Amino acid sequence: MASPATIDLSSALVLTPTPTADWLVVLPVVLMITVGAALMMIRKSVRLHGFVAIGGLTLLVVLDAALLWKVSTEGPVTMVMGRWLPPFGIAFTADLFGAAMALAAAVVALAVGIYALVDIEGSGRRYGFFPFLMLLMAGVSGAFLTGDIFNLYVWFEVLLISSFGLLILGSEPEQIDGALKYAILNLVATTLFLISVGYLYAIFGTLNMADIARKAGELRDTAPLVTLTTLFILAFGMKAAAFPVNFWLPASYHTPRIVVSALFGGLLTKVGIYALIRVTVMLFPVERETLSLILAVSAVLTMMLGAIGALAQTDIRRLIGYLVIAGIGNILAGVSIGTPAAISGAMLYALHSMVTMTALYVVAGRAAHLAGSWSLASLGGLYRQAPWFSAASLLLFLAAAGLPPLSGLWPKVALLKASLDIGAWWLAAGILLSAFLITLSLARVFLLAYWRPQAETPPAPKAAHGWRSVLPIGALTALVLWFGLLPEPLLALSQAAADGLADPSAYILSVFPDAVRGATP
Amino acid sequence: METLFAILIGMFFAGAVYLMLSKYTVRILLGVALLGNAVNLLLFTSGRLTREVPPIIAAGEDVLTSSAANPLPQALILTAIVISFSFFAFLLVLTYRAFQELGTDDTDEMRLAEPRNEPLPPMGY
Repeated sequence: MASPATIDLSSALVLTPTPTADWLVVLPVVLMITVGAALMMIRKSVRLHGFVAIGGLTLLVVLDAALLWKVSTEGPVTMVMGRWLPPFGIAFTADLFGAAMALAAAVVALAVGIYALVDIEGSGRRYGFFPFLMLLMAGVSGAFLTGDIFNLYVWFEVLLISSFGLLILGSEPEQIDGALKYAILNLVATTLFLISVGYLYAIFGTLNMADIARKAGELRDTAPLVTLTTLFILAFGMKAAAFPVNFWLPASYHTPRIVVSALFGGLLTKVGIYALIRVTVMLFPVERETLSLILAVSAVLTMMLGAIGALAQTDIRRLIGYLVIAGIGNILAGVSIGTPAAISGAMLYALHSMVTMTALYVVAGRAAHLAGSWSLASLGGLYRQAPWFSAASLLLFLAAAGLPPLSGLWPKVALLKASLDIGAWWLAAGILLSAFLITLSLARVFLLAYWRPQAETPPAPKAAHGWRSVLPIGALTALVLWFGLLPEPLLALSQAAADGLADPSAYILSVFPDAVRGATP
Repeated sequence: METLFAILIGMFFAGAVYLMLSKYTVRILLGVALLGNAVNLLLFTSGRLTREVPPIIAAGEDVLTSSAANPLPQALILTAIVISFSFFAFLLVLTYRAFQELGTDDTDEMRLAEPRNEPLPPMGY
């Protein structure tokens, strides 16, 4: 028997220890799982939950910001689990796109976490709101940072099971009704994703995304990659709530506690969009080109459904749910065009939508707290009651409608320019028309809920929320305003990220440092 | 062997889709359970099917002979089984609670979250 010393491990293992700074790639996930587990252990001490969770989320924002800084200065960073050489080990690879999305998700989660301090009372905390929030963020961060497609599926399931827990917090009949539809349709979507992964493995024999990206060229002539890409688009489109497969969203997003709606509206559909862009743009760009017309038609129908649906709603939570769908349509339009400029616009829109949709749900929660209703038929008098809150709401409404000088403008401009550049005037018309209809529906909200004098006697004054609701709304509005007035840094970032997706050689090089020599295992 | 498995998996998928098209939650659930197993079989087939050669590297060799069984799909399936089982357990409880709370297992009647004939928003004031 050979003694272990004689075995050459260099063909199976990374022999140099992982540099300490590279641990940043996994730290967001490690942190969230650790804090989530710690919160489970102290689940009886409900008072401590808030402090621990907010501390953890603040640290998550810091870690993600550090990671984004590192990626933007050094290029994509890879860490392989167990130091197995890729493609055998599971790789975590952060590039600009993933790191930026992870940072935006962390900021949104922190804002939601702070608002949850007032919105989630004792029973909600005892049911485990904060542990679920931590595990959801573990799933979201993992999905944004992983470089392995089966691992991506696992993170999808992690965030899905946590989202079930959050969705039925309170166990009201409406929640169970919504959750049943959400659970079954999302389970079917992730199963479709798993089916696609199975076929992908049968074709490529690898699950590492960098490995797939570099092998796709050789296999393009022989393998049924268009079929595979179609399956992926269906699976991720369902997760992202794209038109024919989006009916789980309006059925469920208005039923849970408003912080949960805010979290879901900001994050979950964007994870689907992220995976869609990652797979169609980086791994299978030629196949995406073949399917671009289908994507474009779905995009237009999605944004029109969202805009028209928003016009028809009385409940402001359902109205915002349709706005989330309309945003997905805009992002899909960018994916269907597929040029780096369009992908950059889609990514900008995703970042804008994460912040704005979460902020809108929080605003709705605050409005309902002040005026005592979710319904446009009975809301009123908010402007007189809370002028500063009304000003922030108006800014967010303008941002959601895509009007200057706020964050919604720039991604829409980028997408319009990209669609006119390739001569798709009907795509541009769809974007403009849906933005116009959204402006109408939000203007009506402002007219009825804010300007209209309160019909009945005002409800008895409730306990003040204080900084815990002012801070999230204020911070998210400031973000929206900042990006609207000074778009340069984010435009440059999204342009660089889109270039990195269109030409993934830096991504591949970070996973396979010797890929320059053209070595294929 | 692959052809046989392909037909079997196709039958699994057909059964799963047929059951999930039903409007009764229990049948949908059975469809979901069947769907999970169909996917597991699919994953199993997608790494090659071989019998009798375990993936053990013989003494004096560096790599597997190519005809050995592939261990990776089994790891994938194990993960998928655990996930689909836990989801199925959750869905069972959720469906039971839905039946208790809503008093029906007909998804057409589950309109609590999206009531029929909701009034339109006010046109003015």
